[in-house]
Amino acid sequence: MAPQPRMAGPRGGHGMRGPRPKIENPGKIFKRVMALLFRQYGIQYVIVFVCILLNVYASLQGTMFTKTLIDSFILPLIGHENPDFQPLLQAILRVAIFYGIGILASFTQQRVMIYVTQGFMRNMRDMVFSKMESLPIKYFDTHAHGDIMSIYTNDIETLRQLVSQSIPQMFNSIFTVIGVLVCMVTLDIPLTFLSLLMVGLMMLITKKAAGLSSKFFISQQKNLGALNGNIEETMTGQKIVKVFCHEQESLDEFNRLNDELMDSAYHANMYAGAMGPINGQLGNLSYVVCAIAGGVLAITGVTGLTLGGLASFLTFNKSFNMPISQVSQQFNSIIMALAGADRVFKLMDEKPEVDDGYVELVNAIEKPDGTIAESDVRTGVWAWKHYHRESDTTTYKKLEGEVTFDHVDFGYSDEKIILHDVDLYAKPGQKIAFVGATGAGKTTITNLINRFYDIQDGKIRFDGINVNKIKKADLRRSLGIVLQDTHLFTGTVMENIRYGKLDATDEEVYQAARLANADGFITRLPEGYHTMLHGDGANLSQGQRQLLAIARAAIADPPALILDEATSSIDTRTEKLIQKGMDALMAGRTTFVIAHRLSTVKNSDCIMVLEQGRIIERGTHDQLLEEKGKYYQLYTGNAVTQ
Amino acid sequence: MLKTLLSHVKEYRKASLITPLCMILEVACEMVIPLLMASIVDKGINVEGGNMPHILLTGAAMIGVALLGLLFGLGGAKYGAKASTGFARNLRKAMYENIQTFSFSNIDKFSTSGLITRLTTDVTNIQNAYQMILRMCMRCPISLICAMVLSFTINAKLASIYLAATVFLGCILFLIVFIAMKYFSQAFPKYDELNESVQENVSAIRVVKAYVREDYENKKFKKASGNIYKIFKKAESVVAWNNPVMTLTVNCTLLLVSWFGAHMVVTNELSTGQLMSLLSYCMNILMSMMMLSMFFVMISMSLASMKRVVEVLDEKADITNPENPVTEVADGSIRFDHVSFAYNKDADRPVLRDINLEIKPGETIGILGGTGSAKSSLVNLISRLYDVTDGALYVGGVDVREYDIETLRNQVSVVLQNNVLFSGSILDNLRWGNKNATEEECRRACELACADEFIQKMPEGYQTHIEQGGTNVSGGQKQRLCIARALMKQPKILILDDSTSAVDTATDAKIRKAFREAIPGTTKLIIAQRVSSLMHSDRIIVMENGVIDGIGTHEELLAKNEIYRDVYESQQSGSGDFDEKGGM
Repeated sequence: MAPQPRMAGPRGGHGMRGPRPKIENPGKIFKRVMALLFRQYGIQYVIVFVCILLNVYASLQGTMFTKTLIDSFILPLIGHENPDFQPLLQAILRVAIFYGIGILASFTQQRVMIYVTQGFMRNMRDMVFSKMESLPIKYFDTHAHGDIMSIYTNDIETLRQLVSQSIPQMFNSIFTVIGVLVCMVTLDIPLTFLSLLMVGLMMLITKKAAGLSSKFFISQQKNLGALNGNIEETMTGQKIVKVFCHEQESLDEFNRLNDELMDSAYHANMYAGAMGPINGQLGNLSYVVCAIAGGVLAITGVTGLTLGGLASFLTFNKSFNMPISQVSQQFNSIIMALAGADRVFKLMDEKPEVDDGYVELVNAIEKPDGTIAESDVRTGVWAWKHYHRESDTTTYKKLEGEVTFDHVDFGYSDEKIILHDVDLYAKPGQKIAFVGATGAGKTTITNLINRFYDIQDGKIRFDGINVNKIKKADLRRSLGIVLQDTHLFTGTVMENIRYGKLDATDEEVYQAARLANADGFITRLPEGYHTMLHGDGANLSQGQRQLLAIARAAIADPPALILDEATSSIDTRTEKLIQKGMDALMAGRTTFVIAHRLSTVKNSDCIMVLEQGRIIERGTHDQLLEEKGKYYQLYTGNAVTQ
Repeated sequence: MLKTLLSHVKEYRKASLITPLCMILEVACEMVIPLLMASIVDKGINVEGGNMPHILLTGAAMIGVALLGLLFGLGGAKYGAKASTGFARNLRKAMYENIQTFSFSNIDKFSTSGLITRLTTDVTNIQNAYQMILRMCMRCPISLICAMVLSFTINAKLASIYLAATVFLGCILFLIVFIAMKYFSQAFPKYDELNESVQENVSAIRVVKAYVREDYENKKFKKASGNIYKIFKKAESVVAWNNPVMTLTVNCTLLLVSWFGAHMVVTNELSTGQLMSLLSYCMNILMSMMMLSMFFVMISMSLASMKRVVEVLDEKADITNPENPVTEVADGSIRFDHVSFAYNKDADRPVLRDINLEIKPGETIGILGGTGSAKSSLVNLISRLYDVTDGALYVGGVDVREYDIETLRNQVSVVLQNNVLFSGSILDNLRWGNKNATEEECRRACELACADEFIQKMPEGYQTHIEQGGTNVSGGQKQRLCIARALMKQPKILILDDSTSAVDTATDAKIRKAFREAIPGTTKLIIAQRVSSLMHSDRIIVMENGVIDGIGTHEELLAKNEIYRDVYESQQSGSGDFDEKGGM
């Protein structure tokens, strides 16, 4: 009965609508859902089932009472001078007890069910989320973000329906049908057959209507997709439409799609809507047919049917039709839910990021004799704790930020290698720049250092240690990164900067912001550092967001830094303003800079020119100019035009 | 709000009226059946020896009534579907039509994704709610009232038990819905928050991983999902009273009716058949109550959608065609006369302040300035994408507000910063600029924009299909196609708003050269970040914080404008942007 939380897309709403999705192995998925559920809430779920049984039993007893009422208490008493109502009172009290049990059972069922479903939902969400957090970047590259979102908004939601509604209702329906059938048989066998015959007819007709409806639902889905696509495209380009005075043309196209959708939606809804009256009125028809036949039987008395029996039977007939017509709908919604569960499980079954690393990053103190020892407190000095199994010894190596690539090959898939034989050597504290056209592989290289992706061939070493041996978390902690697409989180400006170092003091946050030249605009925001950011910082300009991202990296104070087009949205003048801060940030750190604007990289210790996944030139700015190669050509771009 | 929405029912008004009518008739048929049943029992079965003809006759009548009910039910389904899908169609159409009249500032107000949701999800919600209202919300109260009235005609005393039960149940259900709605309205924002957090983690997964914040995010998420758990549990616990209270009321009523009914039958105040009818009306009445309370919840949930749709319908375009518009643009001259402009009328500081500027036909003007210096705002005023807040702007000697908008925009062709190509062939896209253009004309425009070279290399040339959003061409190619599309209009004024940023410097220069030679009469305004794209213009305007900081030729500005010198020096000897070369 509870309203559903908002659901996106056409899948929400009536579970029984729409074509039944095809899934493989529904039994296996069902078992898995049940196993999950029972592990968490086994006893409670069993209680729910017991309650359902009690409830069904109580309501059957109630209906049977009509027969007793009429046959044993009313008809015999008619005409008596002083009718004795004492037995009737007793009977009523007895039924009241049954009713009481039923109500209690129904109340318990509802309460326990809420506890089970809400808890199950919470656990599923937590499980899926923490699983998602553990997945490699590749997963997010290969799955549309909308699809991942829909696991949370649609699929877990359908699981809830499955657990809290479909399964208990199905169970209820089946028990009701069996119970009613038994009661009907005890009342009158020929009438029961008649009833069953009518039900069969009903099912046949509903199936026909459902088939028709599902055909139109498929075309409705198709037309809806086409219209939504059109809406998305024109709304995105609405300003272009205005500039080109193309309003009438877009409108014509939209109207055509809109009318098509209406046509199929009309038919789909009509057939779906017809199911209700068909079931309802055929039920009435069945009631009528049984009433007539029952009347005849009662008069002739062939089968011993009494008037009270007929009254009870007719009520049973009604409560027989409803669950039967519901079972097929419930079955449909179970299948739909299993399709959702399948998607949830697919995510759960994804392989998490592999982390076989065992070298850890620890706080350290440098002893006067130059050796390194582990420290319990934060010292500002870091060391790699390297345990060697062969010799059972542990060595410490000071973290300095030296990065080497040794014949590295990489491709997002094994078939398509996009980085070929990359060699590179960055001394601690050096500034290394990557330049090259879009798609040359600049970003890819930096994503390999912190192991967002694993390489196909070759070796990458950090302070002389193969990065595969370093614990991923520790490796990433030692590398600060400012990405091309700035992402901020919902929260205050302060919280967003603090993301880089969770225990940073306010003063440290201010310092980082000043370093990134972000302090100026932050203090001008309505609530300064406590201004809330929403929707990826939508209330800030792209440039301001980049400044915040730089501050976030600055506060983390990592020994090595990757700046991936970190200043691309900041205009050249502002970039000049923050240059000092950037220089301070990069001082003493190994820094990898990616930029397409050459002015940003001019003062690097080494510039790598990339083309189609290969380093084609390397050297300092001056060396590269002398070489008169690609870099020179680009740097003096204007000359080419003459 | 409802009035605005309902005014769009239009041609489906008839269907909207027929549907509830069908539903009422269907209910009426359903109501008659227990009455006939009572007659069968009392006059057919419960008389001495039985009355077979009466049973059969009444039975036939019952079958007839049931079939009639089916007919009305099907009618209700048909017209309900027609009315609701038609209503949805009209709403979408009306919104879409209104959006087409929107000016840029109207569009800014709603945001693209906001408009999309309103046109899609929100309309679907309303469609479902409307169908339910037409079919069910009519049915329930009518069924309730009919059953009640019939009960009273059978036996007023027993029926008053129903009345009492209905009032009791009504109060309780109302209370439950009221309290539950309060909790649910608290719960939904929390639910949105949770989804937002997931969305953030999906799109910012690299940041999360780079800062090793997986555990932190997990904790944050657990807290959010725990909150939802608590509040939904609270809300649903309230709703959980629904069923037991309902069952309790029904059962008590049944027992009371059985007890008093038995007495009455025995004392001949009531017949057995009538008692049976009364018992079946009892179910009708209380089920209707239950349904009503459910619909109330569901409809109040679609209220938010209704509000959002009405917002779009009620939005008035703030730029409209004047009366007696001028339909001829004399030449490509532009004059800003003390122009100020603010996106928001209440803003304390306008974006553009007191701009005075005169541009002669055929001149090439470069515009330079940092982010937020209002370069785009300046040029957007020219084709009246926004209206000036103060002062006046003249094109061809006439105030832009006096032109027919289509005439003006065809003569002032803008290539916007955020370029969009549409799905369709390259030719289709080019013909946005001129519907009747021949392939030859299209090719000429592409040659000017240096797009012809890469189009020729494509396997299907000008017939190549562009994907939605132009995802199958590179940034530089997209920009060149957009320039070509703008050229198709053969405008008197051409505005390029940072339109060659992804085009390499060599091609950029080639395009400028082509402009100079092929369309010398067209006034050209070019916004760019690269000095090299502007330095050969007739005059260059330097914008800073919404005012013109300097204006003059490259040499003049270099001599006396500090900002220009600064920018020039920072890009000096080639700002060489490493980006797509030629045909890539």
